[in-house]
Parts: sequence; structure tokens; C-alpha cells
Amino acid sequence: MADNSEPGSRGRGRAARIGFGLFWVYVILYFGFIALVLFRPDILSSRPLGGVNLAIASGLGLIAAALLLSVVYMVAARVVESPGGGRR
Amino acid sequence: MLYESSPVAIAIFASFVLAVIGLSFWLGRKGQSAKGYYAAHGEIHWFINGIAFAGDYLSAASFLGICGMIAFHGFDGFLYSIGFLAGWIVALFVIAEPIKSLGKFTFADALDAKYNSRGIKLSVAISTLVVSIFYLIPQMVGAGDLIMPLLGLPHAVGVILVGVAVTLIVVTAGMVSTTWVQFIKGSLLVFFCGVLTSMILSRGLTVNTGSLEPQTRTVTPDGRVLVDGEPQTRDHDLRPVGTLVALPARYGDATTTGPLGPLQYLSVLEDSRIVTWSGKKSTDASGTHTVFTPTEKAGADLLKPGGYFKGLTTGKLAGKLADKLDFASLMLALFCGTASLPHILIRYYTVKDAAAARKSTVVGIAAIGAFYVLTLFLGLGAMTSGALDPTSTNMAAPLLAKSFSNTLFAVISAIAFTTVLGTVSGLIMAGSGAVAHDLVENVLGIPMNDDEKVRCGKIAAVGLGIVAMALGILFRNFNVSFLVGWAFNIAASANLPALVMLLFWPRTTKEGIIAAVTVGMVASLGWILLSADTFEKVYGMSRDASPVPFSQPGLVTIPLGFIVLIVVSLLTKAQPQGKPA
Repeated sequence: MADNSEPGSRGRGRAARIGFGLFWVYVILYFGFIALVLFRPDILSSRPLGGVNLAIASGLGLIAAALLLSVVYMVAARVVESPGGGRR
Repeated sequence: MLYESSPVAIAIFASFVLAVIGLSFWLGRKGQSAKGYYAAHGEIHWFINGIAFAGDYLSAASFLGICGMIAFHGFDGFLYSIGFLAGWIVALFVIAEPIKSLGKFTFADALDAKYNSRGIKLSVAISTLVVSIFYLIPQMVGAGDLIMPLLGLPHAVGVILVGVAVTLIVVTAGMVSTTWVQFIKGSLLVFFCGVLTSMILSRGLTVNTGSLEPQTRTVTPDGRVLVDGEPQTRDHDLRPVGTLVALPARYGDATTTGPLGPLQYLSVLEDSRIVTWSGKKSTDASGTHTVFTPTEKAGADLLKPGGYFKGLTTGKLAGKLADKLDFASLMLALFCGTASLPHILIRYYTVKDAAAARKSTVVGIAAIGAFYVLTLFLGLGAMTSGALDPTSTNMAAPLLAKSFSNTLFAVISAIAFTTVLGTVSGLIMAGSGAVAHDLVENVLGIPMNDDEKVRCGKIAAVGLGIVAMALGILFRNFNVSFLVGWAFNIAASANLPALVMLLFWPRTTKEGIIAAVTVGMVASLGWILLSADTFEKVYGMSRDASPVPFSQPGLVTIPLGFIVLIVVSLLTKAQPQGKPA
């Protein structure tokens, strides 16, 4: 059950720190978007990309960013937890 | 006639539901230990568990509620999609792995791992129950809404049908069958929403020349339903609504665009003109009248914030402060709530180890993210389908399917219904664990052997099923996304402060945890019961009588939970114990 003592636990610490870093990246993106929704809806209704407006583009972007960050984390955690990966 | 139950629809629907229940019985043949019942022996493959996360999470709120909100109010429904997905970032990066390492069957186990305190188990078990029940309400409401048009049965019958089916699923095989039901439902939902979206795109956008006369639905004091003054019959009913009335100028006289790419679809819609409908209720001696009136809007206005959340129509604060706080509060609760939902947390105990927990979360995020992108197209497709029921936002997605074919309508409705079954079974599972494992065994201290533990869980599941049915009938007038927003608020306020501080602040004490869970839960629940929306829709009183400034409590009660935990922990001075997780 508790696997704190497994050999990779040193890598776990590093993986957790990477996860934390990525978490804050997303916090900035998400709450930045909410701040725009709350205070500058005019920016979101503009269409700098031509087709879709910024509201839709940034919504889709936030969903893509969540997936991207989670994949980055999975790969990074696997690297630091692999034997020898926790040192270096 | 908006709805027509066809034998094909009923057959497809019945086979779906029976297949799911049959599968559950089949899985239930395996021997049942407590670890099997509550945590599927910890042997579920991470990929299966990841899709099951999607199955657990993509509830009636996501499918029915968000599509309906986008169909009637435009972009604002998509804000729910964004918030619901964002919550997974907290789950993956902050909560998933430590909680997997700490717990055994339930989320109370994890919170209590360091302290072995009956107080913690009690407060967390109660918060698990409260959150699960609040999350159950919208699922049951959604089920009732679905059954009405599909099988021509009253709302209450739908609610009871789900209640019985789900209780059967949970009681037969616990977490094993629950997981497989989630897996099947998650895959079907994402797949068929993908199919539906590609059909929307290949149909493109078409000008619809339906009548734009207002419509009135009256319920007389003796219970008869009148439509525009005449009794409602098969041939005389409300007209379906939701139409596009003008394409962008570049299409000239053409009335249809033909197939469109996804981004092209959105940009054509932005330059089109669309008619949405809203209802206004009034009551006099002759009955309760709802008058539905059309409003023509520019597509660009529907695709920007402010259609539903009135605080977002302008960036200025003046006169909009309460509405803006309400919205900010909801988005904070969605962000913090996911990782505090008991039925999501227990899924971390069904996989082997922390690495599997992480991988299954990533699979979950991929499936859920893909689904939320699709909700945008489903909602907008429904908005312009000319098939919407003006009385029910929750029916937008199935009715969109109906605008293609009756068979698709049956398939989508059946999937929506299994969606409800899946989520409800997960919730009842979480609640049954809280009652049997946390309350009876650990708080009351009644020793149970393995068999008794499983039996006790099953009895609790039956009880919860009954409570869920009753509440589903009581709350039938709400949009299901809105109700789920409340569940997220309670979960985030009661559970998140305790979880985060336990994991990351070594000076957290057991008194701090008990206080934070209790205060967070009572404050958010109390706030909701006193909110203007509850006053209006549940108690039937005036919105102005409500003493709280906005409906969503999270903005106040989540920080309150953290403050209470810190203050109480400092007052009760922890002996430094154990290593920080």
C-alpha cells in the first residue's frame, strides 16, 4: 500500500517538485484567463487570429495546455524516477 | 411534437441498460473480499482506470448540462468545461500520488493516516456523504429529464429507474463492476460525441425559417397543460426552437454552408445571426404561464462571455460586483473541487502504485479534455439545430441527435443514461465506503470481519440509493451543471484545505483537520441553503430575501477552511510527528 520506501522515492521528491512547477504554470494560465473574462471581456471578443475569437481560442488553449503539461509531467517523472535518474 | 417514443428507441435504450447491469452481475461472480468490494483489489490497469476516471467525471452535468447551457446561452457554458478540466491539474500535480501512498479504501483513510483519530474519520465521513449526496442530486435530475421524452414516462419514474439500476450495480460487485461500467461509459461517451460532432461539421450551418412567434405554456390549477391556450396533445405542442436566421454576407443568397472544418464552423457562426429563446414565468388565477420569446443575436455576441453569467457583460465593476464575485467563486470551486471529490479520490486506490495513479490521471485528462472540446461543438450544434425544447436546457444534446435521426437520439439518450448510471454508482460506492468503513467500523468501533464489512457497505449503498431518488424528484427544476457547481463548492471547501495542508504543512494537527473539514462543510452548505437561487427555486421565495451576497460560496469558504486549519493547528500545537509526505 504505502510505497514511500520504494527505491524510487528519491526520484519521487524530484518528480513532485517538477509537478509543483507545472502546477503553478497552469495556475497562472487559468487565473489569468479568468481575470480577462472578469475585467477585459473586450479583449476576449476580439479576433486577432482572423477566424475564431480570443475567448474560444484561449478556452481551447487551456484544455490543450492541461493535456500538454500532464504529458510533460508524466515523461519527466519517468525520467527522474528511473534507476539513476534521481541523481544527476 | 418535440418528443416521440419509438419502439426502436426503447429497444436500444433497454439493451444498453441491461447490458451494463448484466456485465455488473457477471463481474460480481468473483469472490468478494473487502479489498475487492471497496478498491477492486488494487489491480485495475492504469489505462482502464484512466478512462474510468473520465467515466466517473463526465457526469450528466458535463454532457447534458454543459451542452444545454451552450445551446441556450453560448460561450458561458464552455466556461464550465474549462473549469471542470482545470481541476484535474490540481488532482494530478498536487493530490494524486501522495494520496495513493497514504490511504487504503477511502479518502478518510488518507487524511487520518498520520493521526488515527476518530474525530477525523467522523468529520471526513460526513463530508464525504454530504458531497456525494449533493453530487447525486443533479445526476438523478438528469436521469428523470432523459426518461421523460425517451420512454414517455414521468420524471419521477426515470429517477427511480436509475436509483434501482445503480443500487443493483453497486451491490452486485462494488468497485470492480463500478470501474468497468465507468470504463464502458467513458469510452462510449467520448466516441459517440466525436461521431455527433463530425456529423454536425459535415452538415454545416443552415438557415432555418421556423416561426418566431412567442409561445406560451400554461399549467392550470387542476394540473392540465395548455399550449398557446389549447390543451397540449401529440399534434399541438410547443414548437422546437434554436435557429440560425442569417449566414455571413459572404454566402450571399445561399441558405446552407455545406461541410465545414471545426475552426471554420466557429468562425462562420460568429458572423451569423442566431435566435435563442428564453422563458418568463407568471402566475394568475388561470394557472402558471411560461411565455417563451425569441431574441435574435449576432453570433459574435453568443460566442463571448456574458450570456449566462450576467457579471461578465462588461469589464467594469460598477453594479456587477456581486455577479463577478459569484463567477470567480464558481471558477475557483471548479478548480479546487475535482481533487476533493470523494468518488474521484477513491479511484486512486484501485491501481497498483503511485506511478500507475499518475499515468491513469494523464489518460483521464486526455479523454476528458477531448470530450470538453467536443461539448463546444455539440452545444453550438444544438443551438442552431432547430430541435431544442424551450422548457428544458438539459435535453439539448439528445435533441441535437434527434435532429439527425431517431436512432441516434436513442443511442445518445441511452449513453446519457448510462452516463448517469456510471457516475451515480461511483458516488454511491464512495458514500457506502464512508458509511461502512469510516463510520461504522472506525468511528463507532464496531469490529467487522471481511464479509460483514462488505454486507454493511451494501446496506449503506441501498440506503443512499433511496435518498438519491427522493432528492432527484425534489430538485427537478434546476440545470444540472448549476447543481454540480454546488457539489464542487462543498467538496472544495470541506476537503481541499485539509488535504493540501496535511500533505504540505508539517504543523497541521488533527484538531486543525477536524475543524477545517467541519467549518468548510457547514459554511458552504449553509451558504448554499441561504443563497438567492435556493430561495427562489427550492423554497419558492423571493430572491431578495436571501441574506448572502452571491450564490457560489467557494470564494469565501475555501480560504475560510485554510484559515481555520492554520489557526486551530497553531492553537493546538503539533508535536512534530512522522515525515512530511
